[in-house]
Amino acid sequence: MTSLLDVDGLTIGFGTALPVVNNVSFSVRAGETLALVGESGSGKTLTCRAVLRILPETAQVRGGGITFHQPDGATNLLTCSSRHMRRIRGNRIAMIFQEPMRSLSPLHRLGNQVGEVLRIHRNLGRAETKRRVLAQFEKVGFADPERAWRSYPFEMSGGMRQRAMIAMAMVAEPELLIADEPTTALDVTTQAQVLGLIRRLQKDTGMAVILVTHDLGVVANMAQQVVVMNKGRVMESGCASDVLGAPAHGYTKKLFAAAPMIPEVAQPARALDHRDIILDLRSVSKTYTMRAGGWRKPVQIAACRDVNLQVVRGKTLAVVGESGSGKTTCARIALGAERPDPGGQVLFAPDKDDAPLPVHDMTRVQRTAFQRQAQMVFQDPYSSLSPRMRVQSAMIEPMQIHNIGNRAEQLEKAAEMLRWVGLDPDMLRRYPHAFSGGQRQRLSIARALTLDPRLLICDEPTSALDVSVQDQILTLLEDIRDRAALSYLFISHDLAVVARIADEVAVMRAGVIVEQAPPETLFYNPRHPYTCALIAAQPEPDLARPIDLALVAKGAGSPASWPDQFRFEGADAPMLRELDPGHLVRCHV
Amino acid sequence: MTFLKYAVYRFFTMLLTLWVVSILVFTIINLPPGDYLSNQIAELRATGQAEGVAKAEFLRTEYALDRPIWEQYLIWVGFAPGPNGFSGLIQGDFGWSFEFDQPVGEIVGDALWLTVLVNLAAVLFVYVVALPLGVLAAAKAETWTDYTAGFAGYLGLATPNFLLALILFYYGHKYFDIPIGGLMDANFEGEPLSWAKVKSIAIHLIVPTFVIGTSGAAAMMQRLRANMLDELSKPYVETARAKGLAPARLLAKYPLRMAFNPFVADIGNLLPAMVSGSVLVSVVLALPTIGPALLAALKSQDQFLAAFVLMFVALLTLVGTMISDLLLVLLDPRIRYGSRDA
Repeated sequence: MTSLLDVDGLTIGFGTALPVVNNVSFSVRAGETLALVGESGSGKTLTCRAVLRILPETAQVRGGGITFHQPDGATNLLTCSSRHMRRIRGNRIAMIFQEPMRSLSPLHRLGNQVGEVLRIHRNLGRAETKRRVLAQFEKVGFADPERAWRSYPFEMSGGMRQRAMIAMAMVAEPELLIADEPTTALDVTTQAQVLGLIRRLQKDTGMAVILVTHDLGVVANMAQQVVVMNKGRVMESGCASDVLGAPAHGYTKKLFAAAPMIPEVAQPARALDHRDIILDLRSVSKTYTMRAGGWRKPVQIAACRDVNLQVVRGKTLAVVGESGSGKTTCARIALGAERPDPGGQVLFAPDKDDAPLPVHDMTRVQRTAFQRQAQMVFQDPYSSLSPRMRVQSAMIEPMQIHNIGNRAEQLEKAAEMLRWVGLDPDMLRRYPHAFSGGQRQRLSIARALTLDPRLLICDEPTSALDVSVQDQILTLLEDIRDRAALSYLFISHDLAVVARIADEVAVMRAGVIVEQAPPETLFYNPRHPYTCALIAAQPEPDLARPIDLALVAKGAGSPASWPDQFRFEGADAPMLRELDPGHLVRCHV
Repeated sequence: MTFLKYAVYRFFTMLLTLWVVSILVFTIINLPPGDYLSNQIAELRATGQAEGVAKAEFLRTEYALDRPIWEQYLIWVGFAPGPNGFSGLIQGDFGWSFEFDQPVGEIVGDALWLTVLVNLAAVLFVYVVALPLGVLAAAKAETWTDYTAGFAGYLGLATPNFLLALILFYYGHKYFDIPIGGLMDANFEGEPLSWAKVKSIAIHLIVPTFVIGTSGAAAMMQRLRANMLDELSKPYVETARAKGLAPARLLAKYPLRMAFNPFVADIGNLLPAMVSGSVLVSVVLALPTIGPALLAALKSQDQFLAAFVLMFVALLTLVGTMISDLLLVLLDPRIRYGSRDA
């Protein structure tokens, strides 16, 4: 088979600095999927943007060539006229982007935006354009294409928007599709379905795909060819079975080691002592009233319903669920940032024999103490540190607020906490922008620790980080939990991350807990279809174990589509029943 | 249908706001001790002019200034009967100007419409100038075009309006024979509307429009440029490029459409800023707008005249805001559907 696209010695740089993409070469054959794998800063995104010549204005291509082979001759994409380039974009080579939320214009209907591709390249007339767009909408899985045509992007979920993006890329039937992290912003079950969709469309149309990703599990499920990149250079390339089966380069091996996985063999969790509870959520529900614009009736939305969770002292309780499942609302209520609906209660016992205090009805003194003892680590280390404050001020601010120690003691404590999280106390004088994402997350953990808390609430602390960094942060969190006798309430959408750190896992869906058990029970004997779907949807970097889409589809739908035993609609969910000791499942008997 | 409902709803909230504004205006005007007539009576007594006192006393009862303040308010608006029955703002009686010794309606009369005319022309000028310049400056950011547009903009912002007015008048008259002062030829004043009169007004409008609009246009241009630059770096612009859309069409369809929102939202703020900003210009150019009348009325505590002018400016603002709100709903589906994300 001849190649469709040849990238040869591509070198890209900014200004006078060293090149960020350095001598990258690969070729894609018709009908084949090539995965560009690497962490942030590896140059994989710039490489694929160079193919369509949509690089940032300040980037300069310093060398190399990109040749696109078509039946009527080869084109050098780096040197052809911009008019010629525009005829290729969207027509012969299409692209989908990482963030479906922001990659579609919110002001134009989907039909308009998707049909535009045909209007630019095909000149078919209105009726035929619409007919083809509707047919494409149906292919990507819109139940009602006519409605999708009329919809605005913000009326759809992330997965649906990504489907619309795919429809837009596919409608002109290109020979090559470039997908830049197409599923990174999506929930795992949605990711599995979108990947399945891309694969099916590829089989139908015979197009080639360049898939940019950081996730080796995604690679294993999609690619025939793999190119591993690091710091702008190709580390290793070859066919998927070679690269994934027997990685030769040290960097590839490192990526493998860091990839979070649900472990093969069940590791028995540490025994839980349910008599020593530090945080106790009792039948917590939260209903929000949404005002929907000036002239519509407000809508009641139940963010979570009847949640009972207990964090055992010194242990980690993980709450897992997709976006909108209510997990973050639970965390906010647990911290006292929001009040639960009447009837719900959150109890906090700072020490073993203390009487539990209700978090939402504390005296001023109790509340101040609670705010010291319970700290939070946020998801995005880039926005949770003020860019205008030196690390030092950010670190000692909590102690100043609580009047702890004099300045010398505060500085000493800040330095000590930095050492705990593996950073150098010399860094105190710097500003946050001088740190990488992983270092910033270490900083925010260190800041949370300065008040000697008992309970740490971690809201997706690793989801904004690269896999290798994610691994380090999880290790750090495990270390300090044991070192400082901390208890964690750990919120995540990623079962593999949780598999490692949790002593007990609660799976949430549609505002309720659907299954709750220690990890060894939950991962190896899941009962609920949604849990099964979550586990099945987890892409594994192993060619022999592709995602089972049927299993994902069975549990990932709405609660009304679950098997009889688990089905519910609206608010009348079945009870959470204890099937085995410590294993709770929401089902009808 | 829902849009119509929203428009009606928005109209009623505007009336409600106008009512609250009327209370505020009336209160503020009555805050300084005394009123025009009691000041005058005191002065006449001091100089011993008895017949003047009698007339002033008559006017005091005629315009209910001897009643409690809340009653005065109700009579002024027309909610309660005054000495001559219901005769307030809502009945179309705007009161009496003591300073000019004429009904307010007659003093303001034509000036009202000319004010609206001058300011609408200026607003139009702002948009016509700012839109292409702002888009151009953003599309060619950090280039010679951008810097030139920016320089012209800052020049427009920094030059005092009245100075610009004087300069333009001098040179406009010298080289293009543009008439000096006023809004029409003297012999058209009081004449019925005719083609020649319209032409005369149009020629007289050129300089005032330019003078009043310049700084607004400069500010608007800078805002539009900043908005456009923000939008140009958004992912959906990249999506459009990846589709193969030509640059000019892309610019107009996506980022401009997004950057338009603040542009439209500014209509409401623009009107009052221009009315008050144009007072000095009106004095310099001898424009028969209500700006100078407001100034005079406030200085001499001529309360009905001042109150009326303030109410009129408030009405302009509220109508401007209402128009921009309605336009936004038409332009932006996110507002129409009341969604919070995206």
